[in-house]
Amino acid sequence: MAVIPVERKPLTLAERTYIPQIVHGLKTTFRHLVAPNVTLEYPEQRPEIPGGYRGVPTLVRDPNGREKCVSCQLCEFVCPPKAIRITPGEIAADSAQAHVERAPQAFDIDMLRCIYCGLCQEVCPEEAIWLQTQYSMTGYTREEMVNHKDRLYELGGTLPDAHLKWDKKKAAEDAAAHGGHH
Amino acid sequence: MTSPAKTELVTVNIDGKEIAVPKGTNVIEAARLVGVDVPHYCYHPKLSVVGNCRMCLVEMGMPAVDPATKAPVIDPATGRQKINWIPRPQIGCATNASPGLHIRTQTPQIKDCREGVMEFLLINHPLDCPICDQAGECKLQEQSTGYGRGYSRFVEQKNVKPKRTQLGPRVTLDDERCILCSRCIRFSKEIAKDDVLGFIDRGSYSTLTCYPGRKLENNYSLNTVDICPVGALTSTDFRFKMRVWFLKQTNSLDTESSVGANTVVWSREGVIYRITPRRNDEVNDTWMADSGRLLYKAVRAESRLVAKDSLAALLARAETILRLSPGLAAVVGSGQSSVEEQFMTRQLARALKAPAYLVSRTDSGDGILVSADRNPNVRGALVTGLIDALPQSYLDELGTAIDRGEVRTVVSVGEDLMAAGLSAAQLAKVSVIYLGTQVCASSVAGAVVIPTLTVFEKSGTMVNQQFRLQRFAKAVAGPVGAFDDLDVLARLITAAGGSAEPSDLAGVWGRLAADVPALRGLSYAAVPETGVVLDSSPWAALPFVEGESLHHRPARAVANA
Repeated sequence: MAVIPVERKPLTLAERTYIPQIVHGLKTTFRHLVAPNVTLEYPEQRPEIPGGYRGVPTLVRDPNGREKCVSCQLCEFVCPPKAIRITPGEIAADSAQAHVERAPQAFDIDMLRCIYCGLCQEVCPEEAIWLQTQYSMTGYTREEMVNHKDRLYELGGTLPDAHLKWDKKKAAEDAAAHGGHH
Repeated sequence: MTSPAKTELVTVNIDGKEIAVPKGTNVIEAARLVGVDVPHYCYHPKLSVVGNCRMCLVEMGMPAVDPATKAPVIDPATGRQKINWIPRPQIGCATNASPGLHIRTQTPQIKDCREGVMEFLLINHPLDCPICDQAGECKLQEQSTGYGRGYSRFVEQKNVKPKRTQLGPRVTLDDERCILCSRCIRFSKEIAKDDVLGFIDRGSYSTLTCYPGRKLENNYSLNTVDICPVGALTSTDFRFKMRVWFLKQTNSLDTESSVGANTVVWSREGVIYRITPRRNDEVNDTWMADSGRLLYKAVRAESRLVAKDSLAALLARAETILRLSPGLAAVVGSGQSSVEEQFMTRQLARALKAPAYLVSRTDSGDGILVSADRNPNVRGALVTGLIDALPQSYLDELGTAIDRGEVRTVVSVGEDLMAAGLSAAQLAKVSVIYLGTQVCASSVAGAVVIPTLTVFEKSGTMVNQQFRLQRFAKAVAGPVGAFDDLDVLARLITAAGGSAEPSDLAGVWGRLAADVPALRGLSYAAVPETGVVLDSSPWAALPFVEGESLHHRPARAVANA
């Protein structure tokens, strides 16, 4: 390999005094002393979450308080890191939601595995799983980092529902029972 | 022997592809042979043809002949015989192959027909796939994707019909999902001979229901669930347990009787969720009994045996017992073991110079797929030479030998000696080495209990009532504290002072192929999925207990005919 000698330029007088460099640095310092803050005092101050943000996946209820998930397990199937684990279950025949027939017995999302890709939300045919604005998940153990069903509903809360398809289904059944449409 | 069926071949043309098929072959089946999918719901290869779903519409034509002279009419444009196409579509399921038959399935008319039929079928279908157990194996899902129009024009209210109906102890019906194909009705009538299902009401009110006061509770009811193309009939046991797309399929056998129905075991991550039949036209067609579908419950039963000690410790104790009373041992094999295990049991008996017994299990057969012999593999014991006569229900001979003090040690490979007729007093006189999967009187009384694997946790072969050697494969791993039967037997043989035997399936098959005349030249991998029929002539004179069943006529019935 060829060796190319590089000639080092001698420093000028100004460079040798370091004064222009110090002044330049102080200029930056003083500018930031008076400029408005760009950082947040986290965690007391929280950033504003933009629309379409993909936070922690959560389960939601519809405006009537019905749990929307029917444990179809499509999210479990689509989840690339296999973070979701569902145990399907049947809704008791005497429940007010008996016409939905199916609800999760257990629903676990392992947040150590979750990559926040949002495929679960995209695939959900019942619009039951949503990546909302929660972004901070901490815990001391692996078990603490698994969100179980009750925690998922607590995080998810209630979201508006444009369809209420199961309520319509129930209404049609009630109408049929009272001699309406067969 | 029955004479081979007459196979007059005729050439048919399906979508431009010529194929020779036996005369009378259904167009759906003929199309399948050339790789053309004719979508259908009501047609089932093992049931009568009704043609009520209209999904299999095809265009049909015949070569033109002059009516007067019967001379072929040549199309001047192509120089070949002209095809007279029927202007209206025909149903494929009720069209049989005849010479020169021409079928088109890819024309605009057929595409329109399929879209139209799909649209009608989906009008009153609830489209509740997220809560439907059939999702993933639903013909309606598949064919609406493949042949439907993709959107709905229906804005009116859908029908309301009964849901969550218990048709019987094992079958749940959702009438809204039913597309009225009548497969279940025909199955109940034609195969199960229990005509309990039917349609009531007319038009869009038509509803599948049970005859008043009756239930769908015959031992074949779950086959209606298998053949239901939609999610109308679902298994109560499997209801909402797991999605089918997660389940791994493993080919296995129904071990409840000597019919040896072919099955598929569906499991996920070491847990079995269901068992369904696997098509074998020589054994069980596409059916199996409900009772055989519950056998997987034994895998995780409360009574499952697992060892706390290591296998080495258990074998050391077994060896001590075997050495204590040399020449005074007896071996009880099992008709529920695989061929390989029975061979190893025979080797064990030889190493111990001990007599080998087998326990027969008989009950009445149902003439379909449960035979009188409830041991799946008695013939395996004959083939491998473990026994040379048919087994008795009770081990009276062994009991007498124990009473006379001729037997001090009994090695039982999966048989409960108490249930097989030995008294508690007789059991107290002997040391029992028990290999098995479930807690029973023998395992309680056993001096050494070595837990082994169930049929779902190991691979092997069995010989059914037709002397058909069939394979079953390992579906799930065994629990901790249960040991592979072949390994245990091989080590017991060594402990008994016999020569070293292989402890894996391939090794045992090497010995079987060399040592057992009926299995000469065979290997485990070479056994086809549908099984291979062995030469049964050495045992032709034995009075087997089986009666006639679906694809089996006992030798004595054939002789009398």
